[in-house]
Amino acid sequence: MDDLKKRAKELLETSAVKVVIGYEQGTAGKTRALFAEKPEDADRLVFDSRCVQNLAAYVTKREVKDKGKMAIAATLPVMRSIIQLASEFQVNDNNLLVLGITPGSKLMEFGNLAEVETFVHQYQIEIDARYKEKLDKLDKMTPSERWNFWIDELTPCFKCYACRAACPMCYCSRCTVDFNQPQWIPVPSHELGNLEWHIMRAIHLTGRCIDCDACFNACPLGIPINLLTKKMIEDARANFGGYQPALQGEHLMSTYKPDDKENFIQ
Amino acid sequence: MNIDKHLIRKDSLEKLFDILKQNNKAIYAPASKNSKVSFKEAGSFSEITTGYIQTAQSSKEVAFPRTEKLLDYTKNREGISVKGTDIKDFPEIVLWGVRPCDATGIGELSAIFNWDYKDEIYNSRLSHVTVLGFSCSALDEYCFCTSVDGNPGNTAGSDILFTKLGEDGDYLAEVITEKGLAIVSLAPGLFEKDVEIKKEKFLAEVPVMFDKEEIRKKLEKFFESEQWVEQSLKCLGCGACAYVCPTCACFDIQDEAHGKSGSRVRCWDSCGFSLFTLHTSGHNPREVQSQRWRQRIMHKFSYMPDRLSVYGCTGCGRCSRACPADMNILEHLISIQEVTV
Repeated sequence: MDDLKKRAKELLETSAVKVVIGYEQGTAGKTRALFAEKPEDADRLVFDSRCVQNLAAYVTKREVKDKGKMAIAATLPVMRSIIQLASEFQVNDNNLLVLGITPGSKLMEFGNLAEVETFVHQYQIEIDARYKEKLDKLDKMTPSERWNFWIDELTPCFKCYACRAACPMCYCSRCTVDFNQPQWIPVPSHELGNLEWHIMRAIHLTGRCIDCDACFNACPLGIPINLLTKKMIEDARANFGGYQPALQGEHLMSTYKPDDKENFIQ
Repeated sequence: MNIDKHLIRKDSLEKLFDILKQNNKAIYAPASKNSKVSFKEAGSFSEITTGYIQTAQSSKEVAFPRTEKLLDYTKNREGISVKGTDIKDFPEIVLWGVRPCDATGIGELSAIFNWDYKDEIYNSRLSHVTVLGFSCSALDEYCFCTSVDGNPGNTAGSDILFTKLGEDGDYLAEVITEKGLAIVSLAPGLFEKDVEIKKEKFLAEVPVMFDKEEIRKKLEKFFESEQWVEQSLKCLGCGACAYVCPTCACFDIQDEAHGKSGSRVRCWDSCGFSLFTLHTSGHNPREVQSQRWRQRIMHKFSYMPDRLSVYGCTGCGRCSRACPADMNILEHLISIQEVTV
């Protein structure tokens, strides 16, 4: 990805941005986030199939944001996250420049987020066939089988909140689970506490999750929590229409309407 | 006591497992789920996973569970009645397949739970645990036990340490403690006395990567270093490192109320969370991630050796393996050692 290195270097040399967020070689053959602040840092940028961490999780991190204008090397899932974040007023054209990496691994610089949106909208969010199969299997289970499946999967969770930390959409400075007056979700990682946390997480992400799998990839115990968010994507799409992060217009699940057909909300 | 050396045949391990089961021991052993290996109560020998470098989670949960009820309370007209956890009720547990870097971590954890206050619940749970360690014949690039006083055949913390004598070989069983002897006495026929076996050539070679004393000295003048910011920029602020760590002991106390009664529960907590130090006033003395990361390293490599005469790290490498952002503790320790202060 020499184009990316070159462009990142130019942006830093001309002070067009203060930091370029991309990937670098990490330890044990992994890649990881790089925050290039000096032109020479850009030489460390890499891009290949290992680069799956969703870097959009960093654009709302205070220490990164405080550096000044950011540029981000963004794959399709990262671009989707950024559009969703922009629609929630977390980033804008003044603080973020997107260096897109197309699904064909080509560098594509965008003048503004509206252009990113146009690009992103060429691609539908599609649940991977492997996961569709798993979701179908879950759908066909009886409620008690499904209950047992989830108890079995979620009981090992020790609530390290790596899933929350790795998710670009979990940027709340104080998460619902961190409130203690009132306490909505039990803090202990027992059966009930774990169930409530994961259900709450999935519900809060419905209509916002862009299916990047960052939560699942982050889980140190390999719990397939992305099955919950994928199911919510399918359900939201089936019941509420199109599913694309968009800068303008209504949010799929969180727009209040006085004329909502459900009267309990009025 | 002196370490007793025995030979145990490879097919005798299953017999030992069965005898322990017959003696009503709950056996916690490594089992694989979702491609991760963790300690789980094993019903039969075949459920045990082998060939792992290290389990995803440490074995500390047998003595320091993620959720521990400390007491039950009920409010009534007369006041509040409180019933503490009965420390005599804990189960007899055999931990099977513990790596030496985990076993030695029990000592560090115990140092914390007996620092000023002697934690009865922790101590009582631990008194019912027997540790069957298994030496390491392989390592990965996260391992650094030899940099923190450990080694792949370290007997510290194990009651019996098994070392596999070559691929598909029999085992050397080093019986280290009275608890270990008690296990041998349940199945004396399986343990053949043999003092001649040398285990060293069957152990993994783990290179020493840093000098911990030098790091400790450097940390004394390192509090304001810019390196904490550089190192922690990619840290996402989760608690994965602390929760998989064999020596991290921080906890939070929660009251789970149901009307007029409830329970007081001790839950794992992590210095990686911003909430960990948040005051009621809204002030947070560790307001950014670099300060939290600094705390993690300082605690393990400066405060613990100062106060408890033990380091808070066994070199198991779990935190680095578990980190979703590739925060590699070994890499960071080496970079601290390389800095001139």
